[in-house]
Amino acid sequence: MIIRRIGDWPTWDLRSSFEELERMRRDMDKLSEGLMGPLSREPMAGVFPLVNVTEDTDSYYVRAELPGIKADELDISFTGNSLTISGERTIPAENEKARYHRKERESGKFSRVISVPSLVNASKVEAHCAHGILTVILPKAEESKPRQISVKTS
Amino acid sequence: MAEMERKALKAREKAEVTSPAEQTRTGPTFTPAVDIFETDQEIMVLADIPGVAAKDLMIDLRENVLTLSATVASPEKPKEVDVLREYRTGNYYRKFSLSEVIDQAKIEAELKDGVLRLSLPKVMAAAPRKIAVKAG
Repeated sequence: MIIRRIGDWPTWDLRSSFEELERMRRDMDKLSEGLMGPLSREPMAGVFPLVNVTEDTDSYYVRAELPGIKADELDISFTGNSLTISGERTIPAENEKARYHRKERESGKFSRVISVPSLVNASKVEAHCAHGILTVILPKAEESKPRQISVKTS
Repeated sequence: MAEMERKALKAREKAEVTSPAEQTRTGPTFTPAVDIFETDQEIMVLADIPGVAAKDLMIDLRENVLTLSATVASPEKPKEVDVLREYRTGNYYRKFSLSEVIDQAKIEAELKDGVLRLSLPKVMAAAPRKIAVKAG
């Protein structure tokens, strides 16, 4: 009876402290996940403008939210395999009698270079702006397009 | 002003709405950045709502509460696959309570390059009117 009780004590204690450690580890994981955001999201470059890049079999699509920026105020260039988007957002001054309640919109210069993973047909790159969203379409070069390979049966 | 123009724009994540009411639509809802100023004649609201088409924007003013809400359609075609995703797209929602009485009939809204420019004219104080008393 006594022996068992002594024997029970440390095991129970040991297991519970392991459980505690395990629980702490899970909590830490949850915390770091919360700080970094869900794992599926890429870390933010922190350079304006933020971009979303997508691809399909023919092209890459680079999109950025640029409200209040006209197409002619944007400078877009493509060299080698890097795309540069730069420009300046100006917010025109309003009536000098205006009394501001809130001023959250920001103005300023920006420049961003995005490198594109595979070969692009530079002569066919096009860009357009609609509702404050810039879309740059980078057509893939023929040699970097995925090709279907048919298997010959003999 | 010159100093402001030299400043570089910082990348910011869009502020997500933490509304007490649950949304019926799925996906995130963001609060757009706004400038609000007032002159003697009007209250002007400028809001950055990239991705919104004029038909998808709702502006509502009732009982001195101005509500802006907009739905954003995904610009991506269904076959596109993500390579890099730094910003999220979603709807916009923001509400303001106005302290001035607004002349509802004269409200004007303009949406250009993803920026809403909303003019809310104040109701002019009734001009003094002379009432002629007829002598009978």
